[in-house]
Amino acid sequence: MTYRDAINAALAEELERDERVFLLGEDVGLFGGAMAVTKGLYERFGERRVQDMPISESAIVGGTLGAVLTGLRPVAEIMFIDFVGVCMDQIVNQIAKVRYMLGGQVEVPLVIRTQGGGGKSYAAQHSQSLEAWFMHTPGLKVVIPSTPADAKGLLKSAIRDNNPVLFIEHKLLYNEKGEVPEGEHLVPLGQARVVREGSGLTIATYSRMVGLVQQAAEGLAAEGTEVEIVDLRTLTPLDEETMFASVRKTGRFLAVEEGHLTAGVGAELVARVTKNCFDYLDGPPERVAAQDRPIPCAPALEKATLPQVEDILTAARALVG
Amino acid sequence: MPDMTVPPLPPETMRALLQGMMRVRAFEEAVHDLYQRKLLPGMSPHLSAGQEAVAAGVCLQLRPDDYMVTTHRGHGHSLLKGMDAQRMMAELCSKETGYCHGRGGTMHIASPEVGCLGANGIVGAGLPIAVGAGLSIQYRGTDQVCVAFFGDGASNQGTFHESVNLATARKLPVVFVCENNIYALSTNFARTGATPNVVDRARGYDIPGVTVDGMAVEGVYAATTTALERARSGQGPTLIEAKTYRYYGHGASDHRPYRTKEEEAQWRCSDAIQCYGDLLIERGVATAAERDDLSARAAAEAQAAVDFAVSSPDPDPARVGDYVFA
Repeated sequence: MTYRDAINAALAEELERDERVFLLGEDVGLFGGAMAVTKGLYERFGERRVQDMPISESAIVGGTLGAVLTGLRPVAEIMFIDFVGVCMDQIVNQIAKVRYMLGGQVEVPLVIRTQGGGGKSYAAQHSQSLEAWFMHTPGLKVVIPSTPADAKGLLKSAIRDNNPVLFIEHKLLYNEKGEVPEGEHLVPLGQARVVREGSGLTIATYSRMVGLVQQAAEGLAAEGTEVEIVDLRTLTPLDEETMFASVRKTGRFLAVEEGHLTAGVGAELVARVTKNCFDYLDGPPERVAAQDRPIPCAPALEKATLPQVEDILTAARALVG
Repeated sequence: MPDMTVPPLPPETMRALLQGMMRVRAFEEAVHDLYQRKLLPGMSPHLSAGQEAVAAGVCLQLRPDDYMVTTHRGHGHSLLKGMDAQRMMAELCSKETGYCHGRGGTMHIASPEVGCLGANGIVGAGLPIAVGAGLSIQYRGTDQVCVAFFGDGASNQGTFHESVNLATARKLPVVFVCENNIYALSTNFARTGATPNVVDRARGYDIPGVTVDGMAVEGVYAATTTALERARSGQGPTLIEAKTYRYYGHGASDHRPYRTKEEEAQWRCSDAIQCYGDLLIERGVATAAERDDLSARAAAEAQAAVDFAVSSPDPDPARVGDYVFA
C-alpha cells in the first residue's frame, strides 16, 4: 500500500467509526485533494462529512476550533505547510493555547493534516519543512510519519487524541509503498521506532530523511560502521528515551532533518542528547539539515540546498573517524 | 434600521434589559475600581462601560444552548450569556477560583458549558471560531445560533472577510454583531475604513446589513430577534452594526488624547442605562423605586464578585503545568 493510500484508509476508517469526525479543506471533496489523498471519500461519505472550503486558511483552521468547542472532531487539510503563514494565529495563538488559557475547561481533538518538504522543484513557497516552528509551540502535538504503516497508524491515533495534532506528510513519500498491517492499526504518539540497529553511530531523523539515512547506513556498513537509526515519528511528544538509550550504546550522535539548520529540530535534539548523554559521548554531536536559505527552484540548486545522502555520509564519517 | 412595526416587548423583558445593562455597568465599574487599587495583575482591562445596550440587546435573548464568541472587550457579553460574576471576577484577579484557574485573565474569559466560546486577545480572531461553531451547528442539524461579536477594528482584519464569506456561502447560523465604538485603540474608523460604516460591507456578501443605535437597547434587541430568526431558519448570517461608545479608553490606563471631553460628554447624554430607565418610568413599566432596586442588586452582585475574587486563593505554582495537554 502507498503512503497516500494508507492515509486515505485511515481517514475512511475514522470517518466510518466516529460520526463526529469530518474533513474540511481546499479541494478535498469533489476533486479528491491536491495530492489526491482524499480521493473517493467525498463519493463515499458525502459533502457533509467531506467539506470543500474556500481558500480561507484562517477560516478553515479557526473553524476547526469552533467545531471542537461544540462537540465535533474535525480533520482539516492545509494543502502545503507553507500556507500556515496565513493561519498561524489560529494554530499558534488559538488552537495550541485554548485548553491552557481556559484552565482545562476544554479538550481540543482536532487534526490539521498538511504536507511539506522539497525535492520537486516547487521553489521557496511550496517546499519548506516547517515542523520546528510547531515543535516550539507548547500545546500542539507534531506528528511526521515516514512509512505507509506509520502514516496510517499515527493518523488514526491523532484523530482519536484529545489534543490538537499537526500531522505533516511529505510530498515525495505519497507514492512510496510499504507493508501496512491488516485491520485496526494504531501507532501511539510519542514512540520512536528503531529502524536499524547498530553500535557505531546513532542517527535520529524522521519523514523523508529516514529513507536517505537508510541509504547512507548501507554505505557506512560497507565501510565498517553500523548505524542505529531512530525514526522519531512524533516531534511532540518527543521520545527522548529511545534516542538516549541508543546514544548511550553508540557514543555518537547525528541528527538529520530536511528543515533549516539554524534553530531547527536537530538543534533541539543535539542539546538534549548533549545534556543527558554527555558522559557517554565520544565526541561532539553533529547535525545535517537544509542550508539556511530559501529553497530554490532549479533542480541543481535545490539539491545543493536540501540534505543529500552524500551530506549524511560525510557527516557520519567525520563523527566516526 | 429595525422594523419598528414589531409589537412592544413584554414589561418583564424591558425590565430584564435594564437590569442586564445595570449588571454589566456595575461589573465594569468594579473592575475599574480593582484596577485602580492595583488588585488586577497584567494588562489594563478593556472595559465595555457605555456599550451595555449591545450586550443586553443581543445576549439576553440567546438560548442557553446558543453560542457566543466575543472580543477583548467581552465582560458584558460573557456575563449576560450566563457566566457567573464571581468566577469571572476571580479570573480577572488571576485567582484559582476563576473560570480559567488564573491561566487566562481578562482576555480569555470563557465557559463553553454556557455557550461562551471565548473572548480573545487577538483582534478578529474570534470570527473564524464562530464560523466553526456555525459549521458544527449545521453539521449536527440543530437550530442553535452562534453570535460573533467584533469591533470596528476587527472589521479591517482578513479574518472578517474569510468568516463572513464562508458563513454566507454555507448559510451558516451565525450572527455577526459589530460594536462600532469608533476607535480601534486610538484610530478613528473614518481614517481606516473603506466605507463610512462597517455595515456597508454587507452588500458585498449579499446579506442583510442592519445599523442600530448601540445606545438604545430595544433597537438592538429587535434587530437581533430578526437576525436570530433568519439564522435559525437556515437563511444564513446577518451583519448588525451597533453604533456605540466606550466611556473608558481602550484599556483602563488609556487617557484618550485622541478624542475630546466634549465628545465624551455628548455620548454620555445618550447613556443607555439612564435613558432606558427614564423611558421605562415614563411608560409606567417601572417605578423609580424599582429602578433603584435593580441598580442596587446589580451593585450588590458586583460587590459580591469582588469580595469573592479578592478573598480567593492564588493558583498554586506547583500546578502551573496543568492543562497544557489533555
